[in-house]
Amino acid sequence: MSLDIWMRENPLSYIWIGSYAVAFLIFAIEIAMVKHKRKITLQQVRLMREADESEQE
Amino acid sequence: MAINWFKYSAPTTFYGLAGKLIPWFAISAAVLCIVGLYIGFVVAPADAQQGEFYRIIFIHVPSSILSMFLYLIMAAYAAMGLIFNTRLSSMMASAIAPTGALFAFISLWTGALWGKPMWGAWWVWDARLTSELILLFLYLGFISLHASIDDPRRADRAAALLAIVGSVNVPIIYFSVQWWNTLHQGSTIKFTGTSMHIAMQQAMFTMLVACWLYAITVTLMRVRSIILERERHTKWITELAEVKA
Repeated sequence: MSLDIWMRENPLSYIWIGSYAVAFLIFAIEIAMVKHKRKITLQQVRLMREADESEQE
Repeated sequence: MAINWFKYSAPTTFYGLAGKLIPWFAISAAVLCIVGLYIGFVVAPADAQQGEFYRIIFIHVPSSILSMFLYLIMAAYAAMGLIFNTRLSSMMASAIAPTGALFAFISLWTGALWGKPMWGAWWVWDARLTSELILLFLYLGFISLHASIDDPRRADRAAALLAIVGSVNVPIIYFSVQWWNTLHQGSTIKFTGTSMHIAMQQAMFTMLVACWLYAITVTLMRVRSIILERERHTKWITELAEVKA
């Protein structure tokens, strides 16, 4: 069945899969990337702090 | 008692404030998104001409509005950083850019999904569509330019210029349907009124507020990482509870 016929027979599935699922997937990826970035940055800052402390000792 | 707003323009105080605000914005965005989708898909009736396909507007219109507004806010922050040399303004501009780019992409993507059944084409070189595509490229240009310069303060200044110059594109997107003969329809909601069903309006405005709250949440989350990264040599960062943990 071609996409044209399928989308006209199943408009709500077309809208959900094509638009909303894609949009929510993008939001989920963005949140995951932001959380990952924070985790990495915190690790870097902790490492720097530990290095500074061991230097002072 | 007067609130000293300038206090919150310092990364030191803004970092903590953003951390406290994030959960509230995130929960509100999730709740409003569920309510908006319920009204949009269960309460709102099918459109007389477009049938069920019009329901794409509940994500397409908020994404398009957000992509334009976020660009103006990003350019305003970038300009403040350039003129007043405030650190937080430039950090905010950098934090907004990826979210704005994603909203511009979602706007173009959902527009294409709507265009196929309605116009018979995924894409046309229409003034509204083309100017929105240019907006996406401006966001990508801002992010790339910022990432290509090692010194963050120099990167802020260079990217700020691009953001300010590029802001001229936003009114072009908005007025494109009036200035040129476009395939894209004009605004359905005007100051003089609208022909939209009340449930459609409610769903669209609820989703618009949900998208705003989502954008604020993600921007605050991102700006906290940027503050951590850029201020990592300062004493207050090393004394933070999450750094000590």
